[in-house]
Amino acid sequence: MAADPKPAQPITMDTFLDGVWRENPVFVMLLGMCPVLAVTNSVANAIAMGLATTFVLLCSSALVSLLRNAIPKQVRIATYIVIIATFVTIVDYVIQAISLDLYNALGAFIQLIVVNCIILGRAEAYASRHRMTASLVNSLGMGAGFSLALLCLGSVRELLGNGTLLGFAVFGERFQPWSIMILPPGGFFVLGAWLLLFAWLKERKARAAQKGERIHGT
Amino acid sequence: MIRTLAGVAMLSGLLVVLTYQWTLPRITENKRLAVQRAVFKVIPGITAHAAFRLDADGLTRVNEADATGTLVYAGYDQAGQLKGMAAEAAARGYQDVIRILYGYSPSCECITGITILQSTETPGLGDKIGTDPKFLANFTALDARLNTGRTALQHAIVTVKHGKKTEPWQIDAISGATISSKAIGKMLNDSTQTLLPRLAGRTDQLRRQP
Repeated sequence: MAADPKPAQPITMDTFLDGVWRENPVFVMLLGMCPVLAVTNSVANAIAMGLATTFVLLCSSALVSLLRNAIPKQVRIATYIVIIATFVTIVDYVIQAISLDLYNALGAFIQLIVVNCIILGRAEAYASRHRMTASLVNSLGMGAGFSLALLCLGSVRELLGNGTLLGFAVFGERFQPWSIMILPPGGFFVLGAWLLLFAWLKERKARAAQKGERIHGT
Repeated sequence: MIRTLAGVAMLSGLLVVLTYQWTLPRITENKRLAVQRAVFKVIPGITAHAAFRLDADGLTRVNEADATGTLVYAGYDQAGQLKGMAAEAAARGYQDVIRILYGYSPSCECITGITILQSTETPGLGDKIGTDPKFLANFTALDARLNTGRTALQHAIVTVKHGKKTEPWQIDAISGATISSKAIGKMLNDSTQTLLPRLAGRTDQLRRQP
């Protein structure tokens, strides 16, 4: 069995936080856009989708990392897909057992987790090269980051498009909902607004750092 | 390589089968509750319902929790009079099998409503079969009269192109969701063609609430 290409790195807080913030799969890497735009029309859907994806991400990363030395390089992608598809099928059944309404609300997007590139990306870029604990922590961070992003979109869209949060009315009776927000175009608008916010934050930080350098430089 | 692939495939098969076995009772229970809610939706104005199994011997009252076979649900109003029947229909849609429950009224010999029990049709296009009010308006009184010999429908139920509906037994398709709309027409036609002739002489059994 080949040894790990890199010596085991210590697991730090960054292993987890990378996925939540610096390499956030949605806001930074722009991966997995299909469920991000499609099922974030309510907070409940967003949470369910986030949890389902996180579960698949965790389980498949663990298994891929466990088998990383046994999987031949030529067929690794096929093997990863089989592993991911297994866990997606499990999630599919479990969601049907929990609530059929939720299952119908998420529709085809549960099965589509198989082709979510965040999961395959994690398997290829991280789990296949790191020990199981490190992979678990990293994919938990990625899952948390993905769920957080879904929640960001879902809460804004449900609030503006329906006047509710998790089904509870937030605004008074006289609130006129912007129906477009829960329709597909609303997903693009809200995603655009969030990306703008994050780009602005990043730019501001970069400018602050530049300024700091100049001050210290003199 | 073969050993690894076979191992992974076997492991994944095992996991899927275990989960299937474990979740099956809950899923059947959920589906039963969904059908129960759907019966009230597709037969307007009922307060109670009962399930019957239709087989070669005719109709027998069954407990819907553990019944198998072709089930017909009879809906009753407050006075215990039969208002209509409901049955399941299914056909292949664009993605996967679509299952619906439809209501049938013996007094007008027409379909009184449909509701989707299971569908994974494309969001935004095919899934409109369950939500588009214009499409659902097709099923407030869709003609399903039997011919004089009571062997088949007088006019087969067909799905026609959007805006081309002229007869009461036609379904106006959703433009952009033709395959899903056609699946609904096909499953309604298949189900009524086989079910209604068999039910025709037996509605007396359902007349009063058991």
